[in-house]
Amino acid sequence: MPPAPRTLVLDAGAFGRTLEKMAQSILHQTQDPRTLVLVGIQRRGVELAARLAAVITTAGTGAEVPRGALDITLYRDDLETVGPKPLVGPTHLPGELEGRHVWIVDDVLFTGRTVRAALDELADFGRPARIGLAVLVDRGGRELPIQADVVGAAVQTAPADRVEVFVAELDGKDAVELVRGAGVSGGGKA
Amino acid sequence: MALGKDLLGLEHLTAEDLLLILDTAEPFKEVSERAIKKVPALRGKTIVNLFFEASTRTRISFEFAEKRLSADTVNVASSASSVQKGENLVDTARNLEAMKIDMVVIRHGSSGAARFLGERIASNVINAGDGKHEHPTQGLLDLLTIRDRRPIAGTKACIVGDVLHSRVARSNIWGLLKLGAEVAVCGPKSLLPLGIEGLGVRVFHRIEEAIAWADVLNVLRLQMERMQSGYIPSQREYYRVFGVTLERLERAPRDLLILHPGPMNRGVEIDSRVADGPHSVILDQVTNGVAVRMAVLYLLAGGRPELAEAAKGGGGGDH
Repeated sequence: MPPAPRTLVLDAGAFGRTLEKMAQSILHQTQDPRTLVLVGIQRRGVELAARLAAVITTAGTGAEVPRGALDITLYRDDLETVGPKPLVGPTHLPGELEGRHVWIVDDVLFTGRTVRAALDELADFGRPARIGLAVLVDRGGRELPIQADVVGAAVQTAPADRVEVFVAELDGKDAVELVRGAGVSGGGKA
Repeated sequence: MALGKDLLGLEHLTAEDLLLILDTAEPFKEVSERAIKKVPALRGKTIVNLFFEASTRTRISFEFAEKRLSADTVNVASSASSVQKGENLVDTARNLEAMKIDMVVIRHGSSGAARFLGERIASNVINAGDGKHEHPTQGLLDLLTIRDRRPIAGTKACIVGDVLHSRVARSNIWGLLKLGAEVAVCGPKSLLPLGIEGLGVRVFHRIEEAIAWADVLNVLRLQMERMQSGYIPSQREYYRVFGVTLERLERAPRDLLILHPGPMNRGVEIDSRVADGPHSVILDQVTNGVAVRMAVLYLLAGGRPELAEAAKGGGGGDH
């Protein structure tokens, strides 16, 4: 079988500019920047949240943006259909969420099930004043009524396509690639 | 994932299986630190804790693990059940299964009871101690507790006391050997199994030698009924010869990590000053017990082999 066709959605330059645009948009949509908390979804959402926090710190407030990480594995609704994810990552949140404007940060928004699980998990940690959703790529294909407040890039995809996000910290490069017809569960980066 | 339907012992698990369980237990430690100590992973699962022997710690630990994963649990103690009326093990379990349960955690006085049950019912079976055979979750929590402090590979671990009758000792020996530790046992000749050297285990008959050699001591409980059966002359005699005392540890060339599966007989197998001392991790073992049991329940609940491949491939960038 020939390798699935692969197209570049964002190269390193566009990746950086997209994050800056997202950071601006997050600040713009946060009434009181002092209440801002960025929570990345494991794995690549955590790195993206760190990048966004760095941009926000230098661009505006100057203050360190509190960050957290969320592993939603234990909140998934598909343990029976896909089996347990062998390794569950750590969840940690920066202090009380009460009165905070929490932004969930993830790499790709697809079915919306991960975000549903993240909302459930956040609710077990406290009651933020508001929760927003920022994603690097919105690839459509929603199975739940969930939408992002901040989208870096919107891509038209078919269900069998795969969107791969690379971040320098984990993968040695910044890029978003679209693999046509690769199959959603075809052994992508976890 | 190589884990099958049941967790019966550590003897037949690979090092990879053991590490998977230990690594899975790590994030579960954090769940017990949360204000809301609960995740929905096993919501809707029904688990029966079937205890044919008295147990406080293990049963409560399993029950916390189950509840923190949102499973529904029922406790059956043999003293207050139809077992008293002469019902056999399989009939008890089949009746439970007819009520549509998903898992059974079993503690039984006969070696092999967990396997016997696992072969006859469709639910997942977890061995919570079967006779003198194994107590796998205790072995796992001991491994996790040692690994919190030092790498297991290369560690010299000595199990002290009544190894002959101990399922905890057996699970420890299998687990430690598979993960690359050096293992020894120490105790009166009457309480050490014949031919245990054949497993690759060193034998000490003097506690002083064991303490001089080891990095880790796992001190077993001395059961009172052993005196009545003539294995040892008296508790005082045992403490004098084999007791893990502060004076003995102070002569050791290095600090030893002290484990004990509980419940302790202070002043029999272990000195109170050691049990409560700075190198005792006995309460860490109890804390880790909940996390390790959550990991086992979680992995078995979803661990249908035909789905393991799909689980490996899932994720990607797509959510």
